[in-house]
Amino acid sequence: MLLIDCPYCGPRPEVEFRCGGEAHIARPAQPADMDDKAWAEFLFIRSNPKGVHAERWIHQHGCQRWFNALRDTYTDAFIETYEMGTKPSRLPDGRTTR
Amino acid sequence: MRRFSFAALLAEAANAHQGWGRQWRNPEPKRSYDIVVVGAGGHGLATAYYLASVHGITNVAVLEKGWLGGGNTGRNTTIIRSNYLYDESAGIYEHAVKLWEGLSQELNYNVMFSQRGVMMLAHNQHDVQSLKRHIYANRLNGVDNEWLTPEQAKDFCPPLNISPDLRYPVIGAALQRRGGVARHDAVAWGYARAADARGVDIIQNCEVTGLRRGPNGAISGVETTRGFIGARRVGVVAAGHTSVIMSMADVRMPIESYPLQALVSEPVKPVFPCVVMSNAVHAYISQSDKGELVIGAGTDQYTSYSQQGGLHITTHTLDAILELFPQFSRMRMLRNWGGIVDVTPDRSPIIGKTPIEGLYVNCGWGTGGFKATPGSGHVFAHTLATGEPHKINAPFTLDRFYTGRLIDEAAAAAVAH
Ligand SMILES: Cc1cc2nc3c(=O)[nH]c(=O)nc-3n(C[C@H](O)[C@H](O)[C@H](O)COP(=O)(O)OP(=O)(O)OC[C@H]3O[C@@H](n4cnc5c(N)ncnc54)[C@H](O)[C@@H]3O)c2cc1C
Ligand SMILES: [Zn+2]
Repeated sequence: MLLIDCPYCGPRPEVEFRCGGEAHIARPAQPADMDDKAWAEFLFIRSNPKGVHAERWIHQHGCQRWFNALRDTYTDAFIETYEMGTKPSRLPDGRTTR
Repeated sequence: MRRFSFAALLAEAANAHQGWGRQWRNPEPKRSYDIVVVGAGGHGLATAYYLASVHGITNVAVLEKGWLGGGNTGRNTTIIRSNYLYDESAGIYEHAVKLWEGLSQELNYNVMFSQRGVMMLAHNQHDVQSLKRHIYANRLNGVDNEWLTPEQAKDFCPPLNISPDLRYPVIGAALQRRGGVARHDAVAWGYARAADARGVDIIQNCEVTGLRRGPNGAISGVETTRGFIGARRVGVVAAGHTSVIMSMADVRMPIESYPLQALVSEPVKPVFPCVVMSNAVHAYISQSDKGELVIGAGTDQYTSYSQQGGLHITTHTLDAILELFPQFSRMRMLRNWGGIVDVTPDRSPIIGKTPIEGLYVNCGWGTGGFKATPGSGHVFAHTLATGEPHKINAPFTLDRFYTGRLIDEAAAAAVAH
């Protein structure tokens, strides 16, 4: 079980959280203008890197607030958490931090 | 290849079993091949075998970054069944079950395929409706599946607790009698031996690190930790690592990789005659021929390549197992482990072309692809040999995520397998 550092409550066990998947996938502003390729990208295509990944979490059984996190998917170590609507201090380039 | 037979066994018995020898070569990679398969799991090895045996294409290499069968093939709980909901799925999984039925003979290798029956439990009205819908759909597709009352379920699987006092009582079950289990390692080894005997090079400790393309954009070979290896066609069969390999050619995939766990108990005498699965409480269990209870847990909630999942995921499954089979509460668990499974949005595999000429992919089997191993290899070999899909894998395109023609087995496979 992961120990996750909620930016609002501090380190808490993983079971208090839900993972919301890859971060920074913006809901289309003009859905009617989207073609099939754009819809597929939005709905289905994911980066799925082996290395640094940007993802969303919600502290469901705590403060109930969403936040973003950078996590290394090879070591499962959290690198940083940051507020919704902001960008991380480094790019999730998929390279492992190991 | 030295054939296994009763006579060979007798001869070796007299020889203190000193003469069996190695079952496949350990060749150096050639500079190029007609076809390179990336990943020596069951699916990759089966692909190579059918390329050689059905299509006569033997200038083939299977490249494996670790040891053959060391991925999900060697980590899964070996449940085999074909009672999927949609026609396309019934088509491919039933194709596989038919091949399983003759596989030990075909490969001259005992894969210990045992059709002991797979029983899926219903605990609520929704389960009943969904399982019955599956049964009717399966029958239309010629796939066996039948409804059992709780008493019939207990007759079939005496250890099952059907007491109405359970938190989630068993109110019925669907049984596929032709379903069962097979020995996972033997499947990899049997295909490896038979492919090797036909001239396929299986190259272990050879990680693919790049996909090279020619001036026309088509694939020309793969970069590996053992140098460049040329190929006219490349088939990527790398399960949880598919996104990583495809990203080497800038192809983005509709896949996420999650840890999936399993565990086994200490071995005991035969106590468990079949396979039991429950979607609602999330549990699946069988007993290996060695005597261990084989128990499958769920996936973690986050993507990972760490090959280990959270302990709370396994304990959750054990809670469910002990509700259904309280007599196992004193058993000790020997080992648990994880594999990285490649999950697609519609829980169906992707088998076919990619946007890059000469590059083909067979992936997205997620939590339940062991059962498909022979069928998957068979149709993917056809795809690699002819450049076009077999009619059985034609619906399982990468393109379906762009056209919207999904094969939505998510409900059917809400639990792994
Ligand atoms: C715990 C668990 C339980 C499961 N239970 C069941 C079940 O009961 N029934 C069922 O049907 N399915 C089950 N599955 C799913 C099943 O195991 C898989 O779908 C199936 O084995 C996939 O086979 P494969 O040959 O495609 O993959 P793998 O066996 O994983 O083979 C892929 C190979 O590719 C290699 N590879 C990766 N990257 C590279 C690279 N860059 N270069 C070279 N080689 C590379 C890997 O090392 C690996 O050996 C389970 C899976 C797990 C993890
Ligand atoms: Zn919080």
